[in-house]
Amino acid sequence: MSVALNGVPTKEELKRVTPPEEVLAKKPVVMVECFQNIPCDPCAANCPFGAILPFADINDLPLVDYEKCTGCGICIASCPGLAIFVLDMNYSAREALIKVPYEMMPLPKKGQMVSGLDRQGCKVAEVMVQKVTRTKNKTSIISIVVPKELAQIIRNIRVEDAVNGR
Amino acid sequence: MRIQEHPILHFKPGKKVSFIFEGKKMEGYLDEPIAAALVAAGIKVLSYSRKLKRPRGFFCAIGNCSSCLMKVNGIPNVRTCITRLEEGMIIERQC
Amino acid sequence: MKEYDIIVVGGGPAGLAAATTAAKCNANILLVDDGLQLGGQLIKQTHKFFGSTEQFAGIRGIDIAHNFIDEISHLSNIEILTQSTATGFFEDGVLTILEGYNGNRLSKVKPRRLIIATGASENMLSFINNDLPGVYGAGAVQTLMNVYGVIPGRAVLMVGAGNIGLIVSYQLLQAGIEVKAIVEALPCIGGYWVHASKIRRLGIPIYTRCTLKEVKGKEEVESVTICNIDDKFNFIPGSERELSVDTICLAVGLSPLAELLWQAGCEMAYIPELCGYVAKRDENMKTSLDHIYIAGDVAGIEEASSAMVEGQIAGLNAAASLGLYHEKYRELNLAFHRQLLQLRHNEVSESITRGIKKATL
Repeated sequence: MSVALNGVPTKEELKRVTPPEEVLAKKPVVMVECFQNIPCDPCAANCPFGAILPFADINDLPLVDYEKCTGCGICIASCPGLAIFVLDMNYSAREALIKVPYEMMPLPKKGQMVSGLDRQGCKVAEVMVQKVTRTKNKTSIISIVVPKELAQIIRNIRVEDAVNGR
Repeated sequence: MRIQEHPILHFKPGKKVSFIFEGKKMEGYLDEPIAAALVAAGIKVLSYSRKLKRPRGFFCAIGNCSSCLMKVNGIPNVRTCITRLEEGMIIERQC
Repeated sequence: MKEYDIIVVGGGPAGLAAATTAAKCNANILLVDDGLQLGGQLIKQTHKFFGSTEQFAGIRGIDIAHNFIDEISHLSNIEILTQSTATGFFEDGVLTILEGYNGNRLSKVKPRRLIIATGASENMLSFINNDLPGVYGAGAVQTLMNVYGVIPGRAVLMVGAGNIGLIVSYQLLQAGIEVKAIVEALPCIGGYWVHASKIRRLGIPIYTRCTLKEVKGKEEVESVTICNIDDKFNFIPGSERELSVDTICLAVGLSPLAELLWQAGCEMAYIPELCGYVAKRDENMKTSLDHIYIAGDVAGIEEASSAMVEGQIAGLNAAASLGLYHEKYRELNLAFHRQLLQLRHNEVSESITRGIKKATL
C-alpha cells in the first residue's frame, strides 16, 4: 500500500518527509506530509521565516530549511491539503507535543481528553488537548500532548461526543 | 433535517414560510430551492416516472437532469432544484 | 433588442473571471446564469483552494465566490441575469434567454462576442436501481449541504475517489453525516493524495478496484452491495459486501455542458482527456467561430483554478477582438498563459495538456 493507493503513506514515504533526528532532538519543527506534485504553494508563501523554501515551480514538493523553522505552525492552517504538522519532541521527559489541523465539530477545549488517531483514523491513545488555536481561515490548530513513542503515529483527534454519538 | 452547527459555514436561513405538499402543510425557508425544503422535511420522492411509475428524487441540483420536476401552483415540469420557495406554494408530485 | 459588447453565459468561476476581466477592458457586459445565485459551483466549496496566490490559493471557494460577486457589484458595466437560461444562439447573432418563473418569459439579446462558460454536468453510472431517490450526484449533495444547510441523508456511500468524491466525503463528515466508505473502480486514487489522507485520518476506508453493484430499496435507497472488480472491470464473484446506507453519492466524473456550442455551430471534437465533446479553440480560447469564446469545464473538465485563468484569458481577448484593449493587454495575456502552464505542469495534468493539444485549432 502507499499514499497513492489508499491515502496512507508508507514508512518509506514518511521517511522522506520526517525531520532529521538531531533537529527533532533540538527544537519543535514542521513535518510536511506532502507527497504529490500538485500546483500548490501557500505553505511557502505564508511561512514568516522563509523556512519552507520558495518554490521554483508551483508544482514542487515543499522543502524545509530546519535551521529557520521555529515550529510556529502558521503553515498548518495555510495548507489546503491539511498535510502539515508540528512536532515538539521535548515537551516533557516522556511526552511530545503535536500540532494538528482540525476542521470538524465539535471543537475540543483546552485540557480535554480526546482520542488520538493514527493515519488510518484508528484510536491509539487518549491524549490531552494543550491548546486550541482558532485561525482566521477557520482551520483550527489543536496542540495535543502524546506519549513520545506515538509522536510519529498520531495525526488526528476525535472529540467523543456523547450527544451525537460520534 | 438541517445542519445545526458547522466548522466552516454559518447558515443564515431566510424567513420561515409554509407551503402545501400533496395536500399537507409543511414549512421551509423563503427563497431556498423547493427541492431543498422538501429534502429537509424528509421527502425524498419528488415524482414518479410516467411509464413504469418508478420513484424519482433529487439528483443534480443545477436544473439539468429533470429528476426533480414537479407541479408547482398548477404548473407542471417546474425544476424544483432551481426554483425558489415562496409562501403558500402548492407543490405536487407529477406522474 | 438590447445589444452588448460581450455576453457571458455561466456565472461560475470561469464566467465570473471572464466577466470581471472583460469589464476592466471597458466592455459592456451581460452575465447570464441559470442558478439561483451567481458563483456556480464555487459557492459550495468549503475547502481551501490549491494553486498560487494569483488563483487565490489557500482561500476557500465560497470566499472566492463572494469576492467576485462583491467585485462585480462595483463594476457598473456588468448587468446580471440570474435564474435565466440561455437556450440558443442564432445566425442573426441573437441569443435567446428564458427568464422568469419556470422560464415562461423569452427574451432576445444581441452580443458582439459570446463567452460560453456553462460548466459541466455530473455523470451517471449504470447499476441496478440507479434511479432510486437517495442516489444523488456528489455535487448536488454538496449544494444541499453547503449552500442550503440541508442534510441529505444519514449514512452515505461515496462512489469515486477523484477530487470531488474525496472533497465531498470530507464535507459530509463536516456536516455530521456518516460516510461508510469510498469505492473507486480504478486501482489508485484519482484525486489529490492530500485529500485522501485527510479522509483516511478520519477513519473512512477507501476501497480501490471496487464499485457498487446494486442498490436495494423500494421507494428509496435502503442498502447497497459493493463488489471488487478485476483488471477488466468485471465483478469478482464472492467479494460482495452489503452496506446499510440511505444515500449514494456519485462522483464518477463530469461532462462538459456544450449544447449551446453545438447549436451555435462551433467545430466540436470528442476528446476523452477533456471528458467529452468540447469546442475546438485557439490558445486565447476563441472557438472556430470568431465571435464565440469558451472557458472553464465546458472547454474540458479541469480544476476551478485553471477555469478562472481560462476565464480571464477569454474575457481579455474577447474584449481585445472588439478593439477594447486592456491598458496592460500584452503583459496580462502573457501572465495568464504562464499561470495556466504552471498549473498544468504536473503529472496529474498530463492528460489534460494532451487533450488541449488535440482541441487546439
